[in-house]
Parts: sequence; C-alpha cells; structure tokens
Amino acid sequence: MKYLDEYRDEKIARGIVAELSRRATRPWVLMEICGGQTHTLMRYGIDEMLPAGIELVHGPGCPVCVTSLETIDKATEIASRPDVTLISYGDMLRVPGSHTDLFHVKAWGGDVRVVYSPTEALKFARANPGRKVVFFAVGFETTAPANAMAVWQAKREGLKNFSILASHVLVPPAIRALLSSPRNRVQGFIGPGHVCTVMGYREYEDLIRDFHVPIVVGGFEPLDLLEAILMLVTQLEEGRAAVENQYVRSVTYEGNLFAQKVLAEVFEVCDRKWRGIGGIPASGLSLREEYVEFDADRIFGTEGVTADEPAECISAEVLQGLKKPTDCPAFGTRCTPENPLGAPMVSSEGACAAYYQYRRHAIAAKGTH
Amino acid sequence: MCLAIPGKILNSEVHNGIRVGRVRFGGITRETCLDFVPEALVGDYVIVHVGFAISRVDREEAERSYALLESMGLLKGELESDLEDS
Repeated sequence: MKYLDEYRDEKIARGIVAELSRRATRPWVLMEICGGQTHTLMRYGIDEMLPAGIELVHGPGCPVCVTSLETIDKATEIASRPDVTLISYGDMLRVPGSHTDLFHVKAWGGDVRVVYSPTEALKFARANPGRKVVFFAVGFETTAPANAMAVWQAKREGLKNFSILASHVLVPPAIRALLSSPRNRVQGFIGPGHVCTVMGYREYEDLIRDFHVPIVVGGFEPLDLLEAILMLVTQLEEGRAAVENQYVRSVTYEGNLFAQKVLAEVFEVCDRKWRGIGGIPASGLSLREEYVEFDADRIFGTEGVTADEPAECISAEVLQGLKKPTDCPAFGTRCTPENPLGAPMVSSEGACAAYYQYRRHAIAAKGTH
Repeated sequence: MCLAIPGKILNSEVHNGIRVGRVRFGGITRETCLDFVPEALVGDYVIVHVGFAISRVDREEAERSYALLESMGLLKGELESDLEDS
C-alpha cells in the first residue's frame, strides 16, 4: 500500500502556496524549532516553494546540537574510566568535544554503548552490578519524561550502580532568549509538535503576552508545515499574535499529564548553557535533591569541567536563525558529517546535516557557474 | 534521537508496576513503556519516543507518518541499540 499520496499532497500543497501568495503582502521571517521539521522542510523543498519574501530560518531544536561542549567533555571523561559503562543515544557519539568524542573513547577501549531507550540502560545496570552504569540523558521535553522514569525506577529498586549525566533543555526559554536578542529577526514560530505532545501549549502563552509573536504548533509532514506557515502568515498579516495548534492529531492544550507528572517528580528547572548560544536562565532540567544519588556529575566529580567553543564553526548563528548553514565557509569542505566541526553537522536532525543531505549538490552546481 | 515514531501495540503487561508492551515499527519490534498512554490498548497505534509512547494516533496517521520517516531515511539508526536483541 502506498501511504504517501504524492499527487494528492502536491495538489493541496500548491493550493496552500497559492493562498499564501494571496495573503502575504510583505516579507516575513519564520522559524521552525524542531530538527525533525527542518528535515521535512529540506526534503520536500518547502522553503523553495514559498512565495518570495517568506523566509524560513532554522532554530535550536536539535538536542544533540545544543548539548554544551562541557557536557560532551564530561561524558568523554566519565566514559574513559575503566569501571564505567556509558550508555547513550547513538547520535551523541560523534559530537566533537574539546579534545575527543565518545566514538573515539569507545575505539580506544572505553565501554560506550548505544541504546534507543533509557530503560535498556536500566536493564543493563541491573544485569551488571559490578559496572558503574551512566546514562547520557540529553533531550528536550519530549525525552525528559522517559529519562525521568528510568531514574524514578532506579530509586524505587534501590539500584546503586546507575546514574545519569543530565543535560535536558527546554524550548520556551530558548524562544524567549531568541526574542530578547537585539539581533533577532524572527517574527513567527512553528512550535515543536512532539515537545507539545508532552507539554501541551499553554506555557507558550507567556511568550505571546511578552513579545506579541505568533506561535503555531506544527506537525512533521509537508502539509502540516505548509499549513502551519499559512496560519502564521495569516496571524501576522492580521496583526494578531496567538498560540494556535495545527497538529491537533497529537497535541492538546494540557499535553500528556502522565508524562509531566514523572518529569516534575524527578527533575527541576535549572539554568543551562547551550552550545552555540551560551547560558539561558531557567532553560534546563536537573535532578531534584531527592535524586542526587543518581547524578553522575556529582558521583564522578566532573562539576568543574569547563570548555571553550572552536572559533571557525558558525553554529551559534545557525542555531539562532541568523545564518544559514551554507553561509559557513567550512560547509561541505572542512565540515562534513564524517568530519564535523560543529554539532549541527553531526546529528541527523541538525540543520547543517539536513542542508548537506539535501542541498549540497545544488550548491556545488551553483558554484561552478 | 529526537524523532517520535508511530507503531502498533502488539501486547501489554505490567512489570514492576509499569505497563509495557511490544510495539511494532515496520519490520522490527521494541519493548515500549505504555504508562503515559493509559488509554491505548493492544492493537492501537501510538507515537513512541525513546521507548515511551507519548500519544495515541489513528492507524492512517500512524502509517502515513511512518512512511514519511522511512522515505526520509531517518529510521535507520533511530531504533539502533547495542543492547536490544530483537
């Protein structure tokens, strides 16, 4: 069976684009937050389909990309210990730290393993009581409840050899930081559909009140994104600013209360440094005092680790929507997914990786004329 | 890792007070926590993120978004694990 009816979808897409052309009377700059959405936009060339003047910039919504250099350094340091098994989501392994990455630590004999779920890390800890098992807990609000559940279970079972290196980040404070910047160009946001599946969209109302900027929670299919863009442009042209929900198939106002409950039980809001952006107040999650026995940062004494970011990588500007990946002189030459200078080229959801996957041939062809 | 993938719930049981089930994504199945979606039953489709179902969706939605993720080549690696044996 063919699930993607490309003919039908293309017809609807053209209809939405025609409607956009009718409604847009001036240029608008819109940002999608989520890396999954960036991929759809690139894969289907939606940015190139839009009427001239409607510009899409790509936001900081790839957790792999915004995990600070310090945190990567902490992970490689902990993973290098002979008594530790460090367990991670796969896309963290090639993210460059100051000196090395987890992939190299593994190649040099470190016990680094890839899982798709924190519950597998928990199982491994139960089965290997002689190992200190550290789970590298990165991710946005979508991922945090899963990681929280693993910690909650570990505490309930009295598991002594399990801990997490927590580097969770939150979307609304990042939007607030972008909007507060004097360099901000973004006039409307496509909200992240899966983050909002968990958190709902009520917390975005504060942003509307403080910045009068429209936010439309969007899904991940090409038509979802086109519809979200149309809803944003409609609000902008009418001078309105509200949170609207395009992705009603998965997102409700309240979100998933079960997931929110375990998240609040285990984590509390903290200040967090974002790679490429810097410190953002109240933009992360860390373990509550009742769960500090599971804090790898404290157990292994890595709290003091600091790092400086490399100068050549322009990921700071890319993650803030100030530059496109292709504005970078290193793009596709000194920086590729195999040899990344910065995190957005590593993760499958990173903006640079998306441009590399879908646009590098077109860019190379342009360069020869 | 940021992706959420739709799959079908094949079974459901309670382990250590937590509801888990096997969920099928195309050709592979993964153990999935169902605690965040108490309304989802065996045979239902759920959106799964890092081994946790976060919402229930209808079959058509699930199949369409699975096909989309597959067509973009994003599934390879996403369900990758050194520890899972199925």
